[in-house]
Amino acid sequence: MPYVSNTDAERAEMFSAIGVDNMNELWKAAGVTTPPPELDRFPAGKSEFEVTRFITDLSNRNRYGLVSFLGMGYYDHMIPAAVDAIVSQYDFATAYTPYQAEASQGTLQAIFEYQSMICRLTGMDVSNASMYDGGTALFEAVMMAVRVTGRRRAVVSGAGPAIFRRMLRGYCRNLDVELVEVDPSLCGSRPEALLEAAGDSSACVVVQYPNVFGTLENWSDFNAVLAGRKVLSICSAYPTALALARTPGEMGFDIVTGEGQCLGIPLSFGGPYLGFMAVREKLMRKMPGRLVGRAKDASGRDGFVLTIQSREQHIRRQKATSNICSNENLCALRALVYLSCIGKQGFVDVARRAADNAVRLREALLAIPGVEPVTLGSFFNEFVVKLPVDASEVIGRLIDRGFAAGFPLGRYYDGRDNQLLVAVTEKRTVGEIKRFAAEMEEVLK
Amino acid sequence: MKLIFETGVPGRRGSSLPAVAADSRCGIAADLMRSQAAELPEVSELDAVRHFTALARMNYSVDGGFYPLGSCTMKYNPKFHEKLAALSGFAELHPLLPQLRHGGALTQGALEVIFETQRLLSELTGFSEFTMQPMAGAHGELTGVMIIAAYHRHRGDSARRVMLIPDAAHGTNPASASMAGFEIKEVATDADGNVDLDDLASKLGPDVAGFMLTCPNTLGLFDPHVEKIVEMVHAAGALAYCDGANFNAIMGRVRPGDVGFDVMHLNLHKSFSTPHGGGGPGSGPVGVREDLRMFLPVSRVMKRSDGTYALSYQGDESIGYVAPFYGNFGVIVKAYAYLLTLGRDGVTRVGENAVINANYVLAKLRDAYPPKYPRHCMHECVLSAAGMAAAHGVHALDVSKALIDRGIHPPTMYFPMIVPEALMVEPTETESKDTLDEFIAAMLDIAKQAETSPESLHAAPVTAPVGRLDETAAARKPELKF
Repeated sequence: MPYVSNTDAERAEMFSAIGVDNMNELWKAAGVTTPPPELDRFPAGKSEFEVTRFITDLSNRNRYGLVSFLGMGYYDHMIPAAVDAIVSQYDFATAYTPYQAEASQGTLQAIFEYQSMICRLTGMDVSNASMYDGGTALFEAVMMAVRVTGRRRAVVSGAGPAIFRRMLRGYCRNLDVELVEVDPSLCGSRPEALLEAAGDSSACVVVQYPNVFGTLENWSDFNAVLAGRKVLSICSAYPTALALARTPGEMGFDIVTGEGQCLGIPLSFGGPYLGFMAVREKLMRKMPGRLVGRAKDASGRDGFVLTIQSREQHIRRQKATSNICSNENLCALRALVYLSCIGKQGFVDVARRAADNAVRLREALLAIPGVEPVTLGSFFNEFVVKLPVDASEVIGRLIDRGFAAGFPLGRYYDGRDNQLLVAVTEKRTVGEIKRFAAEMEEVLK
Repeated sequence: MKLIFETGVPGRRGSSLPAVAADSRCGIAADLMRSQAAELPEVSELDAVRHFTALARMNYSVDGGFYPLGSCTMKYNPKFHEKLAALSGFAELHPLLPQLRHGGALTQGALEVIFETQRLLSELTGFSEFTMQPMAGAHGELTGVMIIAAYHRHRGDSARRVMLIPDAAHGTNPASASMAGFEIKEVATDADGNVDLDDLASKLGPDVAGFMLTCPNTLGLFDPHVEKIVEMVHAAGALAYCDGANFNAIMGRVRPGDVGFDVMHLNLHKSFSTPHGGGGPGSGPVGVREDLRMFLPVSRVMKRSDGTYALSYQGDESIGYVAPFYGNFGVIVKAYAYLLTLGRDGVTRVGENAVINANYVLAKLRDAYPPKYPRHCMHECVLSAAGMAAAHGVHALDVSKALIDRGIHPPTMYFPMIVPEALMVEPTETESKDTLDEFIAAMLDIAKQAETSPESLHAAPVTAPVGRLDETAAARKPELKF
């Protein structure tokens, strides 16, 4: 039997030590008396070789070789092989949550370094040890704002994350929290409308940076107004953009969350990913999730421990700041290792290459007759163009030619059926961009 | 050990990257550019590999040794699962592909993995349908109680604001129910370690939405009244939620759906052998009985009559999105491989051997560490150092740290909170009798040391990279970054 160590002879010895004759007696002694279930619709077991062949065949039934311009929060970035090699080391991968600090210093120091890295990236003071994904991190940020301010209204920009907004709606449905969504402009948020909706009795305002249309907006003045009203400002940010773009910390945000998939984590059909959260120091003790801090032992040696645990569910139960227990630790480690391997200048170079590709791609697409710009102003590696025909249909035709052309905004926004959201990373070459633009022109003819 | 930020020198470069064009441009206006580059490490790839390998060596892990951490099910994680999850056909698959026109055809293999895992879990637990979206156990709990809320809302019953939870439950239960807007009331545990039926009866009423029960319970015991409990809950108009954190004990032996539970979550990173990763990623799929399917989160993976798979976003009654996509897919692939390898005989052997191993440890250690509830356990046994603490001043904490010096990861300590000086031991089915005998010998040795030189145990561990750390000082003046 795979993965069970005891032989029949050992089982017999153990039954005797336990004081029963067989398994049936042991079940009965333990209080289990219902008849065992028929598992006749459950298949018979197969060998490692057979299962490998079967599942490998399934993987080959997915269309994964497309030249990708598809993003919308999840990007096809390069991942150095060293990241996989380091993170798959079994002392990282097969350890549990570091409850026993002395036996978990590797994980604990790595989390401390990860927290430091997120703070440096976002320009914030305190990062937790990770959340499930960017969407749940954003929900937790909104709930933190509700707790801190004692106010029940959250205002969300319609130029904010399309999928995360749907998650927020679901989560807030059972809670006494009023979610107000403010429609976007053509390619951005409407700050005046957001301020009006927020008034001076809202818990928070949520925006995305860059926004869902790829536009980078300057929130500095906006956040100053919110601060005057004691409304917390929350930003869902794209970490790779932060290699070049002004940090949320510099713009005065109170809480920064986001999806960290771009930091060395494969797309993997939707997960596991990495939610991150960083806050101003004044919010530290209101944060959800684990925190690792530095500590000393009796002989003065430095080490790391889980800290400020009185916020957490295993101590505070229903009064905890969150129910989160398992987070996405190994993905946080991936992000840390990725950023370490790529390094200070490498991260900037990755972003510059992506930004340069985006400028080229935009020019190439806008040179096609009938294609018009939608995203105006600053953008990083993603932007919207308006096609002369339905974007979904164009995407369908380009898949046949080997390209994932982008995402049709009409799926999430009424009246934008012809708008295509296009993303490009450092992985794409000038040749691929040219070929893509040429194929697009063909398809649109 | 130095931090990665204290390693390397200015200007040192890491992994090799494609060049940036000399005439590269950028669409970000000057006023939105970062004032200075983020202070990331400046190390070579070799520096990074050495640094993180040194960190890994400071960890205990299942591959490194016995890890009997109670309620965490630290079983062996088969190696070929990792290869499968990393296949290009999975790892390079963008989650938005199926949302493109005719996109479902692009991801048939991935959708089949999800659908078939849902089906196998349904078979194993007796539920009608599973969602794979929840990304951890607690996330599954939240999803489950949101389904309970949606059920009562659908019935037009707005009075049910209370969730009943046993006092021995994991902290995630009350925290999850609270995040779904419920008020929490605790149900007591009786003298035998079961749900106190009188207390439960007194708290059930028209204000109760549900009862969350871990099965087997957090004391590692199977509540012989579980069917009666479910009946009582139903009679009061509430739903019965099964926390599947301890499902390993009953895998192949008891199906919670057959018992009458309405909703349950499983932990793929516990019972289904996906690695814990030092605290995640996990996966917490949720199963429901037939008439609750309409409340499951969207999207749902469906199988069409022609044998192809599709995503459905339909359903006005659905609780909506709990995850951005389809759950922690990479984790699901590993659990699917595990289920296929075990097959129907294998799953039964998991539960059996988990229970045998725990009872064997209990039989050998019950004299030295007398349990509060002295009866046969399921997959884990909750021992106690209460006697040792009273007689010699040696606490569960001291025993745990002494185990580290003997090369063994400690059990879960001080949980459940209703057991003084608790030491919760979960061996799992993958451990051999030899390993258990070594553990038992270590525990008996510590018990003897507690009698002969108790003070020496207060100094443990002495072989770890650090000694006991001052957590109080760390929490008072937190240093959370460099």
